[in-house]
Amino acid sequence: MGCEQEYINIFDRHRELIDEPCASILNEERAKAIIRFKATGFPDRKDEDWLHTDVAKKFATDYGMNLGRVATAIHGTFTCDVPNLNTYHAYIINDSFQAGENKGKQLPQGVMLGSINDIAADSRDLLGPYYNRLATNGDSIVQFNTAFTQDCLVLYIPKNTVVEDTIQIVTLLQANVDMMSNRRLLIILEENSRASLLLCDHSSLQKQTLSTQVTEIFVGRGASLDLYEIEETSGSNTRLGQLFVRQEQDSCFRHSNITLTNGFTRNRVEVSLEGEGAETHINGLAIGDKEQHIDNRTLVDHKVPRCTSNELYKYILDEQSTGVFAGKMLIRPDAQHSVSEQTNRNLCLTSCAHMYAQPQLEIYADDVKCSHGSTVGQLDGNALFYMQQRGIPAEEARHLLMYAFAGEVIDNIQIEALRDRLHILVEKRFRGELNRCKGCSLCKQ
Amino acid sequence: MENLLEIKNLHATIDGKEILKGINLTVKAGEVHAIMGPNGSGKSTLSNVLVGHPAYTVTEGEVKYKGKNLLELSPEDRSHEGLFLSFQYPVEIPGVSITNFMRAAVNAKRQYLGQEPMNATEFLKMMREKRALVNLDSKLANRSVNEGFSGGEKKRNEIFQMAMLDPTLSILDETDSGLDIDALRIVAEGVNKLKREDTSSIVITHYQRLLDYIKPDIVHVLYNGRIVKTAGPELVMELEERGYDWIKNEN
Repeated sequence: MGCEQEYINIFDRHRELIDEPCASILNEERAKAIIRFKATGFPDRKDEDWLHTDVAKKFATDYGMNLGRVATAIHGTFTCDVPNLNTYHAYIINDSFQAGENKGKQLPQGVMLGSINDIAADSRDLLGPYYNRLATNGDSIVQFNTAFTQDCLVLYIPKNTVVEDTIQIVTLLQANVDMMSNRRLLIILEENSRASLLLCDHSSLQKQTLSTQVTEIFVGRGASLDLYEIEETSGSNTRLGQLFVRQEQDSCFRHSNITLTNGFTRNRVEVSLEGEGAETHINGLAIGDKEQHIDNRTLVDHKVPRCTSNELYKYILDEQSTGVFAGKMLIRPDAQHSVSEQTNRNLCLTSCAHMYAQPQLEIYADDVKCSHGSTVGQLDGNALFYMQQRGIPAEEARHLLMYAFAGEVIDNIQIEALRDRLHILVEKRFRGELNRCKGCSLCKQ
Repeated sequence: MENLLEIKNLHATIDGKEILKGINLTVKAGEVHAIMGPNGSGKSTLSNVLVGHPAYTVTEGEVKYKGKNLLELSPEDRSHEGLFLSFQYPVEIPGVSITNFMRAAVNAKRQYLGQEPMNATEFLKMMREKRALVNLDSKLANRSVNEGFSGGEKKRNEIFQMAMLDPTLSILDETDSGLDIDALRIVAEGVNKLKREDTSSIVITHYQRLLDYIKPDIVHVLYNGRIVKTAGPELVMELEERGYDWIKNEN
């Protein structure tokens, strides 16, 4: 073991401080998680899952951890003005929930959006069956998160409730030192409810920063959730995200995971289809340049018959950036009549950019419709020349082709205003005009 | 008449193999030249070299266009200077709509010429007018460039783009290949409507039928990387009757 011992020492030494502000449900799960973490430590690169991502090294930095919960405030006001995208918003500052100013706006009756530390006292019975239920067998980074997290954003949407406004959660890191935060989200949609959620990761400090983020989502029978995650962080940020989703019968989950700017990112998405007729659509777009590293892993687990899954991940890698995609579709013996499609397409714009693609299908049922495909290539030289012949300068021709390539993922976004906004952001990103997150460019421009 | 294009002793290679072995050709303003010749004689290479395709290397000779050294210009600047190639195999560009593609092209040219970008209304009006010239369906104009187009639609799209960019010298590289009789007529009529006294064309073809519509002033035969015969329009008939063997034998 390397640096994990230091974290274990911090944990043991400050256990009371860590537990003190937290709901008992966090502390109970924490106690179990630290045992698991102590047993395994951080994964090393001998583990095939971590072959391309030396994560232990990332934890070696001497980060500050705000275990004493020194209050943090948002610098400046943060209002969302994506044209026509009228969101209901909240923040996660470091790891703590902070309500947004939502002038005159109210969530429908019964919907809860807040910190687990405020909600759990009253709703222990409600949250008990959910918190850390999906993450409990997660890898050691998940255990680390469960051990150290001191807050959890809870979004609870009761039966038959439709939330019309998109709920936007902006995550920010605020500190004057190198900083680590362990974020946690718990999202519960009961039967026949519907919501859309936009998660913007804007951790933009110039300091070294590391965030772990564990999100557990329960999509009840007939419920529907659209989740958009957009990362616009800086080169000195490490993001280790884990998303667990459980879907009941006839539910629908759509996920778009867009990495616009970042440093070192690993996102893992695990969707468990546990009720017949459930439908899942997972999309990803990763844009890398400089030394950026973007690693996306997905598992769609078809456990029961007649579920549908659709996956599209695209990478555009420039300069020395690295992309990793490992996507698995698992069709279990009982999952007859599954329909599953996985597509992964990647562009390496330079000879120094690296893409590691691992598309995987594991099928144990015999009456299914499944396909997968993965490609790595370069921009089409004939198309570039054709455009130049028409007078389009080489650089702009490149941008047009890259933008067209990315467009397919963005077009899957259901919220029109967000789709339009992302088209513009991606175009700016290619032109190098996207400021590296001085505030939220999704919201502020 | 002024010389629009002057090619002198042009030699060019691809992957180290010499294809053009000393081309001499002068095109004056207002002229239509036809270049014919057997397969593999270097016709497409000549058109690609003129528009600056990066796969080809010019090893000797010079090309003057409007008095400038053409070979020094980037492909996009050659385009801005009024050089247009209708590709033998137009490229499909998934995800880029014809409208966005043409807007980028038209505005790049305007910028080069020191003009303001066209506003959206003007641009769409121009699109409509030029589309009508080659009966290009408005539905196609909203689709990705050439994606899923039939052979005829691709060639009509080439002439539509030619109309949008208003070139001084257009090179039509086997624009008749893959066209049925009706499409051939539409494409040829489009080209004729765009013809002005100060614009010139080089028409590359294997067959007489395109030249029945687009009347050449001068006809050349390209063989083995050189222009081996130059004559008036009557040469087309002779080639149609006798084929190329007699020319090959003479050379």
